Amino acid sequence: MSNDLSIILTASLVSASCALLGCFLILRKMAMVGDAISHAVLPGIVIAFLISGSRDSFTMLLGAGIIGMFTTFLIEFFHKKARLQTDASIGVTFTWLFAIGVVLISLFAGKVDLDQDCVLYGEIAYVPLDVIITQGGINMGPKALYVSGIILIVNLLFIFLAYRKLFLTTFDPAFASAIGISTTLWHYAIMGAVSMTTVASFESVGAILVVALLIAPAATAYLITDNFKMMLTLACLFGALSSMGGYYLAVWLDGSIAGAIASVSGVLFALAMALSPTHGLFFKKIKTVAH
Amino acid sequence: MNALLEFLSFSDPNIRYVAFGSVLLTASSAIVGAFTFLNKKSLVGDAIAHAVLPGICLGFIMAGTKNPVALIVGAFVTGWISLVLVEFITTKTRIKEDTAIGLILSVFFGIGILMLTVIQKSGNAAQSGLDHFLFGKAASLVGSDLITFSIVAVILLVIVFALFKEFSLLAFDKDYARSIGLPVKGIELVLTSLIVLAVVIGIQAVGVVLMAAILITPAAAARFWTDKISVMFLLASMFGAFSGLSGAFISYTAPSMPTGPWIVIVISTIAFISFFFAPNRGVISRFIRQASIRKMINNENVLKILYQLGEENRNFFIPRLPDEIIRRRFYDKPALISILKRLSRQGYIDRTRNLWALTEEGKNRAQRVVKIHRLWELYLTTYMHIAPDHVHEDAETIEHLLTPELEERLEQQLGYPKVDPHKSEIPYGNA
Repeated sequence: MSNDLSIILTASLVSASCALLGCFLILRKMAMVGDAISHAVLPGIVIAFLISGSRDSFTMLLGAGIIGMFTTFLIEFFHKKARLQTDASIGVTFTWLFAIGVVLISLFAGKVDLDQDCVLYGEIAYVPLDVIITQGGINMGPKALYVSGIILIVNLLFIFLAYRKLFLTTFDPAFASAIGISTTLWHYAIMGAVSMTTVASFESVGAILVVALLIAPAATAYLITDNFKMMLTLACLFGALSSMGGYYLAVWLDGSIAGAIASVSGVLFALAMALSPTHGLFFKKIKTVAH
Repeated sequence: MNALLEFLSFSDPNIRYVAFGSVLLTASSAIVGAFTFLNKKSLVGDAIAHAVLPGICLGFIMAGTKNPVALIVGAFVTGWISLVLVEFITTKTRIKEDTAIGLILSVFFGIGILMLTVIQKSGNAAQSGLDHFLFGKAASLVGSDLITFSIVAVILLVIVFALFKEFSLLAFDKDYARSIGLPVKGIELVLTSLIVLAVVIGIQAVGVVLMAAILITPAAAARFWTDKISVMFLLASMFGAFSGLSGAFISYTAPSMPTGPWIVIVISTIAFISFFFAPNRGVISRFIRQASIRKMINNENVLKILYQLGEENRNFFIPRLPDEIIRRRFYDKPALISILKRLSRQGYIDRTRNLWALTEEGKNRAQRVVKIHRLWELYLTTYMHIAPDHVHEDAETIEHLLTPELEERLEQQLGYPKVDPHKSEIPYGNA
């Protein structure tokens, strides 16, 4: 497999996972909680790394999952029990956890093969270098490709199996709890999925760009369709489009691939905002003029 | 201890730069940030912190060197554009504010990273150190940085002091500010510029991600100790300054430790202590208060039931079994027994083995609760025109809370009525 293809494919798989979860986040008005989690998992990653001694283990996902839940819990706790306003509760919690993560990295600098640059904007360009080679010596292709593929399958299964419950708790939480669906449980389930996806994507795209992939494609899709299944599909498509466009932009400018992907996803959003047939500013204007 | 003394003597110029620089930054950011906190726009600081990156790169490309003025101007421009875009997206499309903030923050940062990497590969030697804006470099502050920081800090403080009243009014009651003819848009513009300025300077010390903490965490902590805005600002700046100093001290004793994250850990610790232990607003004192109110309500409800049972027999002092109480209002039996024991310790109830009877004191207290309940029901039906079968729930709450002064006014306004809407007698003291 060529380098170009494996990078684009990995980025597309990561962005599809993020886009799917992003649809739920933005409709639940929890986009910034997603942002917070993507930063707050850092200490979880470092601790899991110290315990297991490797980057690509189940421990890492577990550690991140736990810290992600803990972040969600803290934000809720400060908001409900200490009556701290939500925005401040999010801001205080994630900066604290991120700071702990950075300190842990400096503390164990010799033992942890992580650095701040990588944490913030990833190193997707190195994806093709880290390949799986079987005992027979056959090159199975980049490892990140498998990891992001598995994460996407897990997310798809999660959404497919729990679709009705996720749908109801997102659009009509009052009705959902009236018919006996626990909104809290599904809230934490989604946050758990966000944490796992964030960690799995961390290495390739970094913390900030996970946020771009969580929010931008979903927001773009939200401006185009009113049908939720359509929104999920379109979001994945925009994620993949951003990955591809971003890769070629980065190659052309000789810059960060992840940064370019985020930039392209922003451009797609701007296009949708201007030109979407249903919610775009251009057609809205025409409609108001026509009336 | 020696290390602390040596640090505090500030004899080493490096320590002086780092310590004073950090304190100036954290204290002035805390003061400006307190307004974003009060405006419930804490995450806007986070958005600006990320959005200045492309501006810094742009400033560098324009100037060709790390000219601080060019970088700050560039940062200012994109920081501003990001805020305008968040506002635009929120008002013109159906995207909500939190999504707009997250979108602008991450896309601007992505563009910034792209530009930064392009600059780094361009071969211009002057670029080294641009990435200080990403992660901060508080530990390597030098004299010239300190001068820039001091100038900015003075500008921030002077403007905040000059416009303190206006900023506060806007944070609490924007409509009123508009109605008395204040130039609301103009003042908001100044405040936003101050935030952008604080961010542009601050990220050089703590980096992009942690900037939000320097802005809002001191204010969030201070809010728990006071309801007075001037005290809150004083506390916020003190918390900020203390964390700045501690961060500098920690990275002085352990040079491998980054200053910025330690500043944030110290300020967060202060905030968590405040959230839990602050009197009145803290979690623990809130919990204690709720528990004591719950106890009081349970006490009064049990006394009330004994009183109502007494009304039926026209004798308030008959000893009762717990089951008689449970028949009127369901209680978990062990819980009820513990309430009864508490009441007998307080002298409201006499206990004879498993029989419990009101004392004179208990009867009086119960009578007051019953009286307020029935007066309130009457008040709601007469003055609020609520149907008699809808007033019980409300009276059930108010009976525990009404102050003696309000109780008296209620009696006077209703003219000491004899019966409530359900034809139950309203008992008055010593009657």
